[in-house]
This record gives sequence, structure tokens and C-alpha cells, in this order.
Amino acid sequence: MKNIIVVGNGMVGYKFCEKFVAQDGSKDFKITVFGEEPRPAYDRVHLSEFFENQDAKALEMAPAEWYADNGVELITGERVSDINRTEKTITTAKDREFSYDYLVMATGSSPFVPPIKGVEKEGVFVYRTIEDLEGMLAYAAKLKAEKPDAKAAVLGGGLLGLEAGKAVLDMGLEPHIVEFAPKLMPRQLDSRSSQVLKLKLESIGLNIHLSKATNQILGDKFITGMEFGEDDVLDVDMLIISAGIRPRDELAKACGLEVGVRGGIIVDNTMKTSDENIYAIGEIALYNQMIYGLVAPGYDMAEVAVQQIIGNTDNTMVDDIDMSTKLKLIGVDVASFGEPFMPASKGHSIIFENKTEYLYKRINVSLDGKSLLGGILVGDASDYNMLHQMYLNGMAIPENAAQLILPASDGASAFGDVTDLPDEAQVCSCESVTKGQICSAIENGEATDVAGVVACTKAGTGCGGCKPMVADLTNATLKSLGIEVKDSVCEHFDYNRQDLYKIIQVKGYTKFNEVLDNHGNGGHGCELCKPLVASLMATINADTANEEYAIQDSNDRFLANIQRNGTYSVVPRVPGGEITPDKLIALGEIAKKHDLYTKITGGVRIDLFGATLNQLPLIWKELISHGFESGHAYGKSLRTVKTCVGSTWCRYGMDESVSFGIELENRYRGIRAPHKIKGGVSGCIRECAEARGKDFGLIAVEGGWNLYVGGNGGATPRHAELLAEQIDNETVIKYLDRYLMFYMRTAKPLQRTAAWQERLEGGMDYLKEVIIEDKLGIAEDLEKEMETLVNRFECEWTQAINNPEMMKRFSHFVNSEEEDDNLVFVPMRDQKMPEPWN
Amino acid sequence: MEEILETYKSAELENVKVWFKAASVKDFPIDGGACVKYKDKQIAVFNFARLNKWYACQNVCPHKMEMVLSRGMIGDDKGIPKVACPLHKKTFSLENGENLNGDLEAIATYPVKIEGENVYIGFSE
Ligand SMILES: Cc1cc2nc3c(=O)[nH]c(=O)nc-3n(C[C@H](O)[C@H](O)[C@H](O)COP(=O)(O)OP(=O)(O)OC[C@H]3O[C@@H](n4cnc5c(N)ncnc54)[C@H](O)[C@@H]3O)c2cc1C
Ligand code: SF4
Ligand code: FES
Repeated sequence: MKNIIVVGNGMVGYKFCEKFVAQDGSKDFKITVFGEEPRPAYDRVHLSEFFENQDAKALEMAPAEWYADNGVELITGERVSDINRTEKTITTAKDREFSYDYLVMATGSSPFVPPIKGVEKEGVFVYRTIEDLEGMLAYAAKLKAEKPDAKAAVLGGGLLGLEAGKAVLDMGLEPHIVEFAPKLMPRQLDSRSSQVLKLKLESIGLNIHLSKATNQILGDKFITGMEFGEDDVLDVDMLIISAGIRPRDELAKACGLEVGVRGGIIVDNTMKTSDENIYAIGEIALYNQMIYGLVAPGYDMAEVAVQQIIGNTDNTMVDDIDMSTKLKLIGVDVASFGEPFMPASKGHSIIFENKTEYLYKRINVSLDGKSLLGGILVGDASDYNMLHQMYLNGMAIPENAAQLILPASDGASAFGDVTDLPDEAQVCSCESVTKGQICSAIENGEATDVAGVVACTKAGTGCGGCKPMVADLTNATLKSLGIEVKDSVCEHFDYNRQDLYKIIQVKGYTKFNEVLDNHGNGGHGCELCKPLVASLMATINADTANEEYAIQDSNDRFLANIQRNGTYSVVPRVPGGEITPDKLIALGEIAKKHDLYTKITGGVRIDLFGATLNQLPLIWKELISHGFESGHAYGKSLRTVKTCVGSTWCRYGMDESVSFGIELENRYRGIRAPHKIKGGVSGCIRECAEARGKDFGLIAVEGGWNLYVGGNGGATPRHAELLAEQIDNETVIKYLDRYLMFYMRTAKPLQRTAAWQERLEGGMDYLKEVIIEDKLGIAEDLEKEMETLVNRFECEWTQAINNPEMMKRFSHFVNSEEEDDNLVFVPMRDQKMPEPWN
Repeated sequence: MEEILETYKSAELENVKVWFKAASVKDFPIDGGACVKYKDKQIAVFNFARLNKWYACQNVCPHKMEMVLSRGMIGDDKGIPKVACPLHKKTFSLENGENLNGDLEAIATYPVKIEGENVYIGFSE
């Protein structure tokens, strides 16, 4: 039995263990891993996700049990402090000694902190470990409580600095990026693309300061600012340093291993250091005079070291290491691959730039025009995977190479198909998975879908950038095998939403079990297909959610929005946001009586929180007696039509936006759709009702209304697009009836109008042909169906409180009148809230 | 908060000591659930009519410790009968309480018997 000691339990140190225990010969070795951090190795590449969920477990490369189950001894929270190469032993900071036959150095890098005066002040952070992030979150929370407009800067405008900048923005602080070079991402981008990126980042609220050398950090105990020149000061309350990395070679130096002038342990292509029993891998290894700050080369190094130790000495590191990268910020696409800046002697560049849309694309093509040497994409990196593959595999490019980056005019792609890639093409560079491996996993039956491919090849489990390509390859391979790829709704049906719509309509089903028994796969349904079928039956049969309540989504079942602690919120309809003082008083009185937390919603209605199941009908009885009705805030249905005050009061108003908004809200209320629908009506182009951020929006103009459709706020904001101009009220209703009904018939489950419209083949032109010109000859049907829904409207809450059988639903216990005794509320700003989750 | 979970220990049919008469069959929705109070416990009871079976489990969801599982939707995952929590759609096997789409702790399950029109839940303590 030989002993292997791994120093450092980071991404690469872990990968070494994972690859080692998978080897046949691994039984003859015992691995011991030391990690200085308090927890087992985690995915540093996705560290920023910690800001969203603070879930350290979710980032783990493998749980602690994995090491034990695989015979690896993991010792966390203990730093290796000394290496004795003659005795072949190491000593730890706790003064324990261990002996080794092979030593693997995987100590990684630490952030480089430039020697600026004042960097030691409180509020200055680096961005590398979970503890760093916890520190930042706590500091930011403290800052915000004291100072609502607190600012934070990031020192360094590279790949990591920008990621940190986005984190600052998400923490709710005013973000500033300070870069020494005259451009952002100086290692990956040329000047023009970095200018475009700067504009884009500024448009989402990042402040960018270029060509700034920081002389000093200001402040007494805490940072209060950064000084660049005598009169050049930026006031900030927090700073994150992201100015590059330095290999952690202090141990190696102390025991006399050969290191590079600027740090890093020198290795050859077998990953051996100057001592033949010691290997170095990952961000500590200096290979070809370079430290590679990416995981993919680190994983390759781990593989080489494993093979060398096992005895497969032919397995060596490649010479050329691919440094292509894609920035992973939501909403900002940036990628560079191959040689992004190429001297004119080697080839020609083709550049496409459109600053109005923050787009820049550059490809570098060999002098003979046959191959791709590299490139840069800013604003739209959707073709990155394909271009990157073409570059890696030296694939032939089209005669007119410009097609690769010019916006496609006819929808046809210049790339051909994923299936054209050679089998050796490396699709997932983190896990070194080739196209051939992915396809054969499906061909020999190991995997039958994307999840299966990911599970058996590990493709897509690293940075995740290759996932779209893995999905395309999986679907293409399945198709080539004659296996149909269906977007079926769940395991219980082989149909998609549109198929089920037709089935239910034609057969006239009214019960879930009829649909399941006649068209299902023999199972019993689930939380995906039940609410879907419920929604379809409500649309097709013009029913309310009370029809078959056990198949309704929880909110629809109790006609209220379930909140964090299992209580509900109540939102009565206030059409167009118009409310009389008497009704407003009634809302206040009812909220007070039942001790409900009260807030005005984003859709300008009044939301009453904290109602228990038992309270719901009591509250609704009172609301209904004051003339209110259900607001359907809980349903996948029309929420509100937001209006501005329009020509009724406003001196700019061109039309009565409130009156029309109320009419529309009352028309479409209660209708069940694939997802929620919001509307807006503005009285003039000043757009105070933000109508273009809604699923449908109207703006009054000279000669009528402009009708916009498919807008969205939320996570992927999108402006609604113009469907028709200067039309009268009647035409608006006609087009909207058709549009909404067409959406309800054809969208996928839980697809908002924006996403549906974006994926509609033929785009806006096609939509206009269907809605306005009636190209499919269905306009009359659509209008009729909508008319039925409008005429059959009934308030679900009025139905419920008048039916004793339905009322039985609203009780926490079946065998007791008592309330849930587990509820705890705490006071907050003169109201109450549920006790926080821990 | 986690101490709530200590209150709920699965019972097997063999070691039931108390059969608690919970409510009448018609008090429960078909293919749905409702909550039963037994001493300081909240038990979710489901009438899985499609399988002609009844299931019972703790009402508290081990994800965020809220008393909500009885309001969840039931169905099956590749044949295993399950309930989906209404808050974040974590799903649990109704047969053995296992978390089917994550690695939360299993929930406690209890045997149910129907006698005449009445639903009984079995406890071992
Ligand atoms: C925010 C962020 C985003 C990133 N994004 C990307 C990306 O998109 N793509 C990409 O390819 N790369 C990215 N990286 C870089 C990537 O994380 C690193 O390349 C990778 O983590 C290197 O792995 P490693 O194991 O060599 O080093 P590390 O992960 O740093 O692990 C080294 C470990 O060794 C421990 N250690 C050091 N000395 C000792 C000692 N004496 N005794 C015991 N333990 C010791 C350290 O505490 C550390 O836990 C990102 C990095 C960060 C911080
Ligand atoms: S959108 Fe026009 S009409 Fe409406 S409130 Fe604003 S300025 Fe007035
Ligand atoms: S509380 Fe049940 S899934 Fe989150």
C-alpha cells in the first residue's frame, strides 16, 4: 500500500481524488487530502450563486460522506505547514506528521492584493471563498441599514471583477468598477468590444472608471473612499479587490522546490515538479511558463497526475491550452476564444458592430480564408459554442465567413448542424467529454434524455456553458435513431400542452381522470399535469377553479396566494386601480379587524397578508358585502390592467385610459391561461402606466390606440412589440380577443406571452398575419371562444361562500375548529410578519 | 425549529398501539388530502382514490418546517405515490416518506385503516 497525500482540497485537488478512485489500480493506494478551508471542496466557478441562496451545501463538489465511501481520508480545517522531502513527510499546523510516497500539491491561488496604502481597513474584501462572501453579505447588510445609498467599488475590471460588480448590484449597493487599464477585460477583449461592453454594463447600472491607478484607500477604521490623484477621489463604503491571483507556493519555496520568478511550482508535461515524488496541479502549477486561471486545464492536469502515478506514463499534458472563456453574467453575453487579438500578418478580421443594441462580434480568419483563428462576442454570445467548436476542430468555414456573425436575415443558420461536428470534438471542456461520447451514450442505450447524458458522461456538470449544445446533440441523436423528441408535459402524458388542449376540446372532457385514463401512460398524475389539465378545462369549458379542486394548484385550490408560513394573502379586484374612498375605508376596516399585514402591490392593488385558511371565507364574506370580488391574484389568469389617469385628469392625456383599462380588466377577468397576464393602458406616449412592460399594453396616440403585445417585467424584462397602430376601442378588443385566445391555445405550460412570442416561428410578421389578416382562418373561432369565456364569468369567491360543501375546504383541520398552532408572527414597522426562516 | 421533526416518528402496521379515529371518509377530498389534529401533532391524510388506498404522514414539510403538506397535490413519480409540498414543490413518497427530488430528511408516515365510514390513523406511541 502506498500513501498519496494531496495538499489542498479545492476544485482540482478534489478532481484528482475523484479521478483516482475510479482507476482499477487505485486499491493499492491510500489517499489523504488536507484542506485548509473549513468545508469540503466546493465549486468556486459558481461561487456567485451563493449570493442568491446562501446555500453552501449546493456548491459542494461532493458531500463529506463521498470521501469516506471511497476510502479517501479528508482532513478539513488543517493547513499543511511543512514538507520534509528527505524523510518524505509533511507536518500540519496542528503539528501532526504524516508520511507519503507521492505528494500532490493542489494549493491553488489566492487573490492578489496590491500594496496600496490603507488596504487593511474594514470594508475591504477579496472574492475567493465562501467565507469572503459571508463577510461581504454581513457588511453590506450593515451598510444598507445605516445608509440607504451606500456605494461599493470593485478594484479590477477583468472577468472576475465584473462578476463581483454584478454581485454588488444584486446586494443593493451602488456599484463602481475601477480598472487600471484603459479598457475592461483587457486580457480577453479588444478596445472596440470593451467599449461596447462598457456601454452595456452602464445601461444596467454599473459605473465604470477606466485608467485609474489607486494611490490610497481613505478612511479611519472603515473605508470611506479611494484616491486616484490629488483631486480625484471616489467615495465608497466598501471595496472588493479583484486584481489577479498569486499561486500559493509558500510551502513549495520553503522546501526548496523549483518555482517560477513570478511564483508557481514549475512542472513538466507529466505534472512532476523538480522532485520526482511531488506533483503539482491546478492553479499552483506553472506549466509552459503560465498559470492557467481556469478549471478545465486544472482538471486535465489532475487526469495526467492520476495516470502518471498509476503507471500510465504515456499520458501527458497537451502543449496548447485552450483559454477561451465566456463571462457568466445574466443578461450580459461576453465571450472570447482562440486568438482574440490577432496580428494582421496572420489573417483578417471581420467585425460587426451595432452600438445601439450593444452588439459587437469579431472573428479572425486565416489568410487563405479557410479556418477560424479566434474571435470576440459581446452582446450576443449564443453562437459561441458553435464558433468555439469550429475553431477547436479546425472545421471548414463558409466561403463568405461574414455570415458567421452577421444577423441572419432569413432565419437560416450559417453553421449547419451540431451533427456535423467531428466525433473527437470536445463539447464539454471542463470534463473533457467529446461529441462521440455523448452520441454513443445514447446510441448504446445508456441514456435516453439530456438528464441521462449528463449523469453518465458528466458533460455540463462543470461551468455548464456547454449545456445547450449537449441538449442539441442529445435531441439530434435521438431523432437520428428514430426516437421522437416530444415536449410532453410530464411522465404521465406523451402529449404537449397544445395536444392536450385539442384532445380535451374535441372529446369534451370535464374530469381529470377521464383525460388520464383515456390518454395517459397508466400513472396517477402529478403536480405538473394536474393543474395544467385543470387550467385547460377551465378555458375550454368556461369553468372556474372550483370545478375539481383537488387537481388545482395549491393557490387555485384555496383561491388565495399561499405565503412563506402557509398563511394566505387576499387581493380583491380593483379594476384599473380606480377605487372609491368608501371601498378604501372598507378594505382598511377589514384588514384591521382580522389583523392583516397590508401593502400596495406592484399592480397597484391592495394586498392583505397573514390570513389563515379558517379566516379566508370570513374575510371574503365581508369583502363581497362591500361590493368586492376575487382579484384572481392566485391564478394563472389576468391580474390587473394598470392605468394612468389619462385625459380624465391629466393635461397631456389623449384618451380616457382609466375607462378603457377598467373595461378591459372586466372583460378578461377570471380567464385561465398558461401563465399570468397583465395589461396596461397609458393616456399618451409619456407612458406613465408602463404599458409596454405588460403582456398587452395600449398607448393613446393621435387617431386611436397603439396596441403592444408580449411585454414582460420580472427576471427577463422585455418591451412589448407593436401589433397595430391608431386603432379604435372596438378594434383593440377584437385583436386582443384573438391574440389572447391564440396564446392560450398554443403556448407551453407556464409560458408567459413574451417567451411564447419570442419562439413563435415567423415572429411578429407571422403574428400580424394571424391576428390581423386572419391567415389561418381561425379569427372568428377565437373571438367566439373568448366571447363565451367573457359571458360565463362568475366570481369564484362568491360561488365558494354560498356553497356549504365548498366551504369545508377552508379549515386547517378536518377534525377540529382550531387554527394551525405552529404559526409565529413577529412585529415589524407597526404591522406583523411571519417569523423569519433560519 | 428543527425540534418539531422530533415529534414525528413513523409507525409500522405491526407496532401500532393506538388507532385514532380521525374523521369520516367523506370529509376528505377524492385524490387529495386534509389535515388531522391528534394531540400536539398535525397529520396529513390523503385519500388516494385512484389506487383505492389511504396514506398519512406528518403535516410539517422538512424543508422550511411549515405545516402545509396536507394542502399539497398528490400523484406518482414513476409509480411511487407521492405528495408535492405546495411551497417549493419538494416531493415525498407516501409509502416510506423519502424525499424524491432532493436530499431532505424523510418524512414520518403512518398506517391508515378504514372501518365503515371512518378513517383511523395508527400511532406506535
Ligand atoms: C468567483 C470566481 C469565479 C470563477 N469563474 C471561473 C469560470 O467561470 N471558469 C473557470 O474556468 N474558472 C473560474 N474561476 C477559477 C477557478 O475557480 C479556479 O481555476 C479553480 O478553483 C482552481 O482550482 P484549484 O484546486 O487549483 O485551486 P483552489 O480551488 O483555490 O483550491 C486550493 C485549495 O487549497 C487550499 N490550500 C492552500 N494551501 C494549503 C495548505 N498549505 N494546506 C492545506 N490546504 C491548502 C486552499 O485553501 C484551497 O481550498 C473562478 C474563480 C472565482 C474565485
Ligand atoms: S401617460 Fe400621458 S396621459 Fe397618462 S398620466 Fe402620463 S402624461 Fe398623463
Ligand atoms: S417548505 Fe416544503 S418544499 Fe419548501
